[in-house]
Amino acid sequence: MKRGVPLIITFVVGTVLIFSVFIPPMENLGENFTLFFDIIAVFAFFLGGGNLLRVHLTKLTRRKRDWEYSIVTIVGFFFMLACGLFKIGNPGDISASLTAEGSWFQTIYDNVFVPLGSTMYALLAFFVASASYRAFRAKNREATILLIAAFIILLGRTPLGTFVTGWIPDSFSVLQIPNLAIWIMNSPNLAGQRAIMIGIGLGVVSMSLRLILGIERTYLGGEDK
Amino acid sequence: MSTKAKEILAITIIVIFCLIFYIRKVNGGEGILFSSLVAWLVIGAMVLSLVWILILTIRGRLISRRVVFIYVGIALALPLFMPFTQRIPISPEVRALYNSVETLKPGSKVLISFDFDPPSAPELQPMAESFIRLCFERDLKVIIMGLWPQGPQQANMALEKVLSDEKMKVKNLQYGEDYVNLGFQTGNEFVIQRMGSSFESMFPTDYRGTAYDSLPLVRNVKNFSNIDYSFNLSAGFPGSVEWVQIAVDRYGVQLGLGNTAVQAPQMYTYLNAGQITGILGGMNGGAEFEFLCKYKGKATKFMLSQSFAHMIVIAFIIIGNVAFFLGGRKSALKKS
Repeated sequence: MKRGVPLIITFVVGTVLIFSVFIPPMENLGENFTLFFDIIAVFAFFLGGGNLLRVHLTKLTRRKRDWEYSIVTIVGFFFMLACGLFKIGNPGDISASLTAEGSWFQTIYDNVFVPLGSTMYALLAFFVASASYRAFRAKNREATILLIAAFIILLGRTPLGTFVTGWIPDSFSVLQIPNLAIWIMNSPNLAGQRAIMIGIGLGVVSMSLRLILGIERTYLGGEDK
Repeated sequence: MSTKAKEILAITIIVIFCLIFYIRKVNGGEGILFSSLVAWLVIGAMVLSLVWILILTIRGRLISRRVVFIYVGIALALPLFMPFTQRIPISPEVRALYNSVETLKPGSKVLISFDFDPPSAPELQPMAESFIRLCFERDLKVIIMGLWPQGPQQANMALEKVLSDEKMKVKNLQYGEDYVNLGFQTGNEFVIQRMGSSFESMFPTDYRGTAYDSLPLVRNVKNFSNIDYSFNLSAGFPGSVEWVQIAVDRYGVQLGLGNTAVQAPQMYTYLNAGQITGILGGMNGGAEFEFLCKYKGKATKFMLSQSFAHMIVIAFIIIGNVAFFLGGRKSALKKS
């Protein structure tokens, strides 16, 4: 019973969703089934919030490493939640738009969340540069090919790439670094990407069939009996 | 000097610089711009210092990663003060996207999905602004939505920027008639799937809480068959892949993409298969699109910084490999 019900639900939902793609009268049924996703997503929001609090409160109470940052996370979480749910600091009444000019929610979004998010992403540039310096080495044949490809792509997207090979006549323009970069993106990259996508697609089909037919049961938790 | 003291010194210098620029901005001061001579001198000094690092590496002295960070920081910041402009060659995929918008008749409905959040905004926000600007210039009707919670807010920021332009003010664009923001809807790819039969079921109200039926622009928009063109700005999941797999393949939507540089290579497969009309990849794609739109936005402005940073990365890859080969040779000599 404990395992039987989830297996039946998986089988029915999976089968209906597959058939809804191929049989037009079943299309609406398939769409109605997807409504369940929204319902589950609502619970996921609660679970996510609860998990965030659990992790950071544990860190805080046990004074684990960098516990001070957990205070910022918890305070930020509750403050934004209060601003969003109860519209604290919102001009107008509770029915006014959350993102109205001068609302605390929008002000914090514009002046804290946006710059912080951009900063986090911008840090990538520094780490990529540092990692390239320390790890991007021509250690073997494969690494050398990767290095040359990356080198051409990087150079091809800078004025230096145009400058270095700009003298090559148009009849051999394919050898100009920017054109080589385009060729790498459109040919070897494409071939690799397609191979990966086809592989993933086949993997998804086979895993889905295993799930629908009840062969794969690890998602139920516990031992596979 | 201890490492901690160096870090504090670096942060203090950055904060002082930021304060100076902020105070200048608040007081309405003009932006600082180097003369060409100063800019070339700065570039020359950087090249010489890199050569010096190369010599040090050949001599067996490796630099720490902090030095790499400083060089990247300088390479990103200094070009903002340089008077140079970078030639931007237009790639076929960007031109194709531009052409597909150009061919739309005035009054056509364009759906823009903002599937990104602030971390990806430096790359995608300039694309959003130039695309919306192009739509308004060509009298297209813009319908905005988001599969990411922060997407519609990013859309509002882009709209605000575009609408503050004098050229747009003349057009007297009205919310609900010329553009509308339907907001965020949870459900990832299932949202796209259900929009295939009914937009209203997914967005009963817009971002401001106005009922779908009360918005003249979308009142007659039932599903994708009423949309003339779609543009997806994506930084991951849910995003471009889902739009292609569901909106394009199942409902035959005409789709163009704007992606982060990291995501763009994956999307070329769809481009070559003819599933999408064009693609703007990373800041480079954004700058190319701005060039075509005859508009100098942030992407064009930041391209020089990105190019400088690329060149610094190339320089450090060379230096790193020199160190690797010399180190390998030395260890081989020791063994022999």
